[in-house]
Amino acid sequence: MKTKLAILALIGVTGIAFAAPQTFDFKDPKGINNAGFKLDAPLEAINGNASGVSGTVTFDPENPGATRGKIAVATGSLMLPNPMQRQHMLSDKWLDAGKFPEISFESKEFKNVKTAGDTTTADATGTFTLKGVSKELTVPVKLTYLKDKLGDRVPNQKGDLLVIRASFTIKRGDFNIMPGQYEDKVSDTIEIALSVAGASPK
Amino acid sequence: MKGALCLIAAILLGGSIFFWAAAGASRGWTKTRIPVKTVDAVTGLEGIQWQEKFVPGVDFLGAAVLGAGVLAGLSLLVPRKSKPQRNETES
Repeated sequence: MKTKLAILALIGVTGIAFAAPQTFDFKDPKGINNAGFKLDAPLEAINGNASGVSGTVTFDPENPGATRGKIAVATGSLMLPNPMQRQHMLSDKWLDAGKFPEISFESKEFKNVKTAGDTTTADATGTFTLKGVSKELTVPVKLTYLKDKLGDRVPNQKGDLLVIRASFTIKRGDFNIMPGQYEDKVSDTIEIALSVAGASPK
Repeated sequence: MKGALCLIAAILLGGSIFFWAAAGASRGWTKTRIPVKTVDAVTGLEGIQWQEKFVPGVDFLGAAVLGAGVLAGLSLLVPRKSKPQRNETES
């Protein structure tokens, strides 16, 4: 009996020690994944969101600090309530969606990692690319690892979910989006809120 | 004709203000879709679904005021209906 328990314990320990990082795919068939954006200028507030989220993140529940990956948003999926405003936003004068079809953040390093239960908070440093301009940013992120919850979201599929939430601000002028122009109507500061869930099927 | 133009201008202005106010008196631009929040029960994530809906904004109100103003202005160009002149020799 003791030998059996020892073998089981050994299997458990080695299982933990060799737990491989999992890759989570953020292409969401349910269309919930989104990135919201807000520009609050003195004369006008602009609120919108983007749903064309994709990318992969490698996450190890035993070592959340080693998380790496890239989340991208299709520029053409940016939506505003006013169609003419949206047309302007995607035009070559502003985001130039035709030439720069993707907005992305690629994480390179996690700092200040704190894990409590299934939730990890950290400061993710990486490269944010918008309109072809790449800048290094440090973004506070919150990761929630939902083990064996994929089946609850996608029937007949087993696996885990990883939820990522991040809120940060950028300056459009830093990314060559009409720098210094129309700031009374289109704020230079853009607040971005990312809410995405990735799946790792087993 | 003059009276009809003034009446149409007044109806256009009043109706547009009423429609704008009834639709929420939005002080932004006119919207043709509105975001509707949805919550994913498993992840707790808040998603946005866009629903087609016309919400008149200040540009709609401005266009209505302009339209009513043009009609009212046109009414000034229309001469008043001349009253039939009495023939003094008849009396």
